[in-house]
Amino acid sequence: MAQVFPAERELRRVIGAGHSVPDRALEGVGERELLELYRSLVLLRTYDERSVVYHRQGRIGTYAIFWNHEAMQAGAVHALEEQDWIFPSYRESAIGLLRGMPASTVLSWWRGHPAGWWNPADYNVASICVPIGTHVPHAAGLAWGKRLAGEDAVAIAFFGDGATSEGSFHEGANFAAVMRAPLILFCNNNQWAISTPLDAQTRAETLADKAVGYGMPGVRVDGLDVLAVYEATREAVARARAGDGPTFIEAVHYRAAPHATADDPRVYIDLERVEEERQRECVGRYERYLRRLGVLSDEQAEQIRGEAAETMRRGIAQAEAEPAADVALLFEHAYADGRVAFASELAELRRLTGGTEAVEPDEGPEVQV
Amino acid sequence: MNDALHVELERDDSVLVMGEDVGRAGGVFRATAGLRDRFGPDRCVDTPLAEAGILGTAVGLCMAGWRPVCEMQYDAFSYPCLDQLITHVGRYRWRTGGGMEFPVTIRMPYGGGVRAPELHDDSPETYYVHTPGVKVAIPSTPADAKGLLAAAIRDPDPVVVLEPKLIYRGVAEEVPEGEHVVPLGRARVAREGSDLTLVAYGAMVALAERAAAGLADEASVEIVDVRTLKPLDEEALLASAAKTGRVVIVQEAPRTCGYGAELAAILAEKAILDLRGPVLRVTGYDVPYPYWQIEDAYMPSIDRVVDAARKLLEF
Ligand SMILES: Cc1ncc(C[n+]2csc(CCOP(=O)(O)OP(=O)(O)O)c2C)c(N)n1
Ligand SMILES: [Mg+2]
Repeated sequence: MAQVFPAERELRRVIGAGHSVPDRALEGVGERELLELYRSLVLLRTYDERSVVYHRQGRIGTYAIFWNHEAMQAGAVHALEEQDWIFPSYRESAIGLLRGMPASTVLSWWRGHPAGWWNPADYNVASICVPIGTHVPHAAGLAWGKRLAGEDAVAIAFFGDGATSEGSFHEGANFAAVMRAPLILFCNNNQWAISTPLDAQTRAETLADKAVGYGMPGVRVDGLDVLAVYEATREAVARARAGDGPTFIEAVHYRAAPHATADDPRVYIDLERVEEERQRECVGRYERYLRRLGVLSDEQAEQIRGEAAETMRRGIAQAEAEPAADVALLFEHAYADGRVAFASELAELRRLTGGTEAVEPDEGPEVQV
Repeated sequence: MNDALHVELERDDSVLVMGEDVGRAGGVFRATAGLRDRFGPDRCVDTPLAEAGILGTAVGLCMAGWRPVCEMQYDAFSYPCLDQLITHVGRYRWRTGGGMEFPVTIRMPYGGGVRAPELHDDSPETYYVHTPGVKVAIPSTPADAKGLLAAAIRDPDPVVVLEPKLIYRGVAEEVPEGEHVVPLGRARVAREGSDLTLVAYGAMVALAERAAAGLADEASVEIVDVRTLKPLDEEALLASAAKTGRVVIVQEAPRTCGYGAELAAILAEKAILDLRGPVLRVTGYDVPYPYWQIEDAYMPSIDRVVDAARKLLEF
């Protein structure tokens, strides 16, 4: 018999707000873990803020900003084990940092350099997915395949509110449910798809409602509350591991930065609303929570920020020190025997160009992503 | 493009524009800027993020008497719509025994060279040209962009218009004011010459012009800008081949089964006695479009075009 899971309405919260909304304690999370979460948040925030600067300096190309999306990414990843797989969209481009990926790798991706491509099996982090929603079936397939193989691994797919309009999302969600795949469908509902607001994207009261039609739980959580995200994901992971199938998590917040560096939101967004939303900032909110608990000292905070800044300094230095890509790479990796199959093309190219002709990030026009 | 859309929406109440971010934002390349203010949100529609949905509903809109102009945000993001295109858009008129028309226009920015992340650089024309029942136009100049789009919108059949991103930014020129239609199915001789013909379309026309200038001391080069890939202006192609006897085709898309292969086949069938050497192709390679630090090596270059031309001249 199919089960009916009514989707949630209220946003789950752990971190309180002033006197009216008290903090809630989170079971099974110690001081060390709380600080780890903080470290992840700060690392992602630093990555994002530095990237915007690097872009302005012409050191990386067009970049999809994820300012104030850090709580969702860090909270969800901390609820996973090492063997679990992450399927990011361009919005979660730096999520691999939470799995030990060097910052230079992700920076290279945005620099259009081959050092930015990684082997997903090295980190259990799939490639950055650019076409909206098309990775949802991949994540469903991986989760299903792991279950079939008797392996204990779950998958999580990150996608936006806009992605819930794509066929791929629906097909992937349905497959996951039918196959009881251990999958978490994590929807970053920032209420905008470039210039398209949520109410032009759906008439459903909530995105979590979509889960009902697939026969899976639909959970709603405050996307700026890292602990609420962590808790909701932990629950979904437990469900998946227990063989009970996928869960849809809708994390609600508001995109308070441009869609990407090439985007000019002034033409479609209410800037006052954006300013308001910027005040609801997720890293500072968590920091204040930790201080209320007496878990984070000034020195610790300073040290963690310093480490993140150092990671980025090293990261950009490494990315910029990468040797110019060889044009031979054009012909590699699409097929197992690429270099052989394209030997004459490569020979012609070498004859005409004398070898490499890589370009730098600040050359050429900027386009939207 | 923007001017053409303004004129056509003004001219015909049944024309409507639809796509992702075309309304409030006026399109990520600003092609639809101002339309929503002028014609309202029902004639310049921000759709849900779903390309198959956009083209699928456009089929139904045609049945309801509309002439939808669908924007796909980028070349590679049009792929979800291929299912609708192949299974319905190109077949529906045929299926109704010619009883119904499907005057849908699908337009999208396409092509590489803009230093963008993966899947913002594709040249998908073959997928479209290969689909029966669908016409395909690719402008190489702002004036043709306006005129071909107008022709596409007025055409009774489905037409795909691919707009080279490089000319959005790279080329500035005056476009004819008011109604301006460049009929589908007519090529343009972009440069007259007598020794060798470069056949190109889209962003490759400008490249061909630079290559021709580079060859000026060695040969008189003619350039045929295809403009409409389907229906093709065979007459113009064959006339130029007859005149010069040497043809090099330049295409940004991957080589195998690319549009250049079709052009070469037509020349083999119908111009063989006029040719003084083999038809040569300068194309992208049969690999995924690369990360952008080496994209210039993927794209046909002036050097590659000049090299092919010299080979043919010396043949
Ligand atoms: C299939 C596809 N269509 C269009 C695009 C262009 N595009 C890039 S981001 C975006 C909006 C996505 O919005 P949402 O899913 O809400 O994610 P967010 O960007 O807000 O994180 C669009 C339309 C794309 N990348 N892929
Ligand atoms: Mg969004």
